[in-house]
Amino acid sequence: MDTVIETADLRRHYKGFEAVRGIDLTVARGELFALLGTNGAGKTSTLEVLEGQATPTAGTVRVLGRDPYRERAAVRPRIGVMLQEGGFPTELTVTETARMWAGCTSGARPVAESLEMTRLSKRGTVRVKQLSGGERRRLDLALALLGRPEVLFLDEPTTGLDAQSRRDTWELIRELKEQGTTVVLTTHYLEEAEQLADRLAIMHEGRIATSGRVADVVAERPSRMTFELPEDYFLGDLPPLAPLGVIKQEAAGRTVLLETGDLQRTATALLLWARDKDVSLRGLDARSATLEEAFMEIAKGLEQEGAR
Amino acid sequence: MMTSAAGTAQAPTATRARRTAADRMSALGRAELTLLVRSKASLVTAVILPSTMAFAMRGMVEELDLGGTGLSVATVMLPAALATALLFSVYTYLVGVYVLRRESLVLKRLRSGELHDSEILVGSALPAFLLAVVQSLLLAGGMTAFLDADAPAAPHLAVLGLLIGVAMLVAGAALTAAFTRTAESAQLTFLPFLLVTLGASGVFAPREVMPDTMADIASWLPFSPVMDLLRGGWTGELAGTDQIRATLLALAWTGLAVFAVRRWFRWGQRG
Repeated sequence: MDTVIETADLRRHYKGFEAVRGIDLTVARGELFALLGTNGAGKTSTLEVLEGQATPTAGTVRVLGRDPYRERAAVRPRIGVMLQEGGFPTELTVTETARMWAGCTSGARPVAESLEMTRLSKRGTVRVKQLSGGERRRLDLALALLGRPEVLFLDEPTTGLDAQSRRDTWELIRELKEQGTTVVLTTHYLEEAEQLADRLAIMHEGRIATSGRVADVVAERPSRMTFELPEDYFLGDLPPLAPLGVIKQEAAGRTVLLETGDLQRTATALLLWARDKDVSLRGLDARSATLEEAFMEIAKGLEQEGAR
Repeated sequence: MMTSAAGTAQAPTATRARRTAADRMSALGRAELTLLVRSKASLVTAVILPSTMAFAMRGMVEELDLGGTGLSVATVMLPAALATALLFSVYTYLVGVYVLRRESLVLKRLRSGELHDSEILVGSALPAFLLAVVQSLLLAGGMTAFLDADAPAAPHLAVLGLLIGVAMLVAGAALTAAFTRTAESAQLTFLPFLLVTLGASGVFAPREVMPDTMADIASWLPFSPVMDLLRGGWTGELAGTDQIRATLLALAWTGLAVFAVRRWFRWGQRG
């Protein structure tokens, strides 16, 4: 495995505050790695160290085999950075802004090309102050892409975008990944991580609470099955649930919610039961856990831990 | 739908055009020049104010008692015009630029790319430098004709003063910006240095007309040696040791300002 990013026990302190409390992560070439977390979890603080904007208080960081801060002259031409909040001079046009950035970027693609990639071609002569928030975000992305980076850091790339622009951006990120670009992104949209990421880490209070492949993080969470109990039947009339992998059952009125570690077995048994009894399970719904549920549960668990 | 990025695969690093420091600074300088031309307030500060002021001070200078100083109205006014151009086009204008770019997070963005910190500060100052040179030439030419003055006796000293003056004021502007909290307060924080310089460094009223003790103290102020070099350029009467003293003192102040900028300059809102 060709490791592109590697950190060991990365820590970052501000005055009296520990924003990042010992992070170990590795990202392989061509991988898309998502850093998730609520506001204040330490995502941006971590990303700033990876980008070489800041030095860690302790621990080590390597990007493309080098120290991104001390050896920035060697690292910067090979990476692209989209900050969460970076400003533009408002009186420059979109093209002027991109041209300025191209003049500062080794191996820059033609300005027109990067504006086209982010669908800003028609806005080239517009002053930045007249752009919408979403368009500014896309200009941000256009600048990050200008240098054909090997590694792309995106800090909340789709915050403030409408649904269509968000999907367009996802598609662009997928294309870049197909071309071999390594991408590290932070987001608090779980759907975004689910759609794009190969691997993810969920951060909470400066630490990585859980990490792994998206499917694995989700697979650790129980699936859910809901339906309405048929008339004249009670929970006790169902086949024994525990042997089917059900770990939790709840009934609200006639609606039953089952959480199971083995959705296929639970569903099969219940559907066969319904056929045998010749009843219909109304409102039937069966689905695997989503990243959102995984995230909420992890966050809830951590909060309880913190409260103790 | 976003356009396919076909044909944009990464070129091997070796064949990619590397940008040099000069490339980067000229790209930034070009953008700043565009911004200067588009900002009325900046144009007034950097272009109109210095030339108006230079000509308006003529009456005051004519009333100075220059007897025994070896100076004439022309040898006071010409260096004064150049100094005014430097103080407004470089110092006052740049304090505003640095603060505004910091507060609007432009500096933070610039730092995320290949530009080095010093390149950001110097590149942003290029239009100011250009403006200072052009204005100096125009003012020197215009004033010479207007006052029917002689050509500078030691032009190399005037050029030296101009160059060190620009360097000192760029560093000084960055330092002032470091201690300026908001874009609004940038309209005031340039005043202390400006007023002290105009009053005591001998810009309009040469230090020769001050009481001796005051003149001695004032001669150590940052901009005083720059004034000595500029004026020496026109009079040709700055002795060799005084030339060296002025050059070294100006460079020392500039070095001190650069050191302080490296220590205290803030690049983002949160420090």
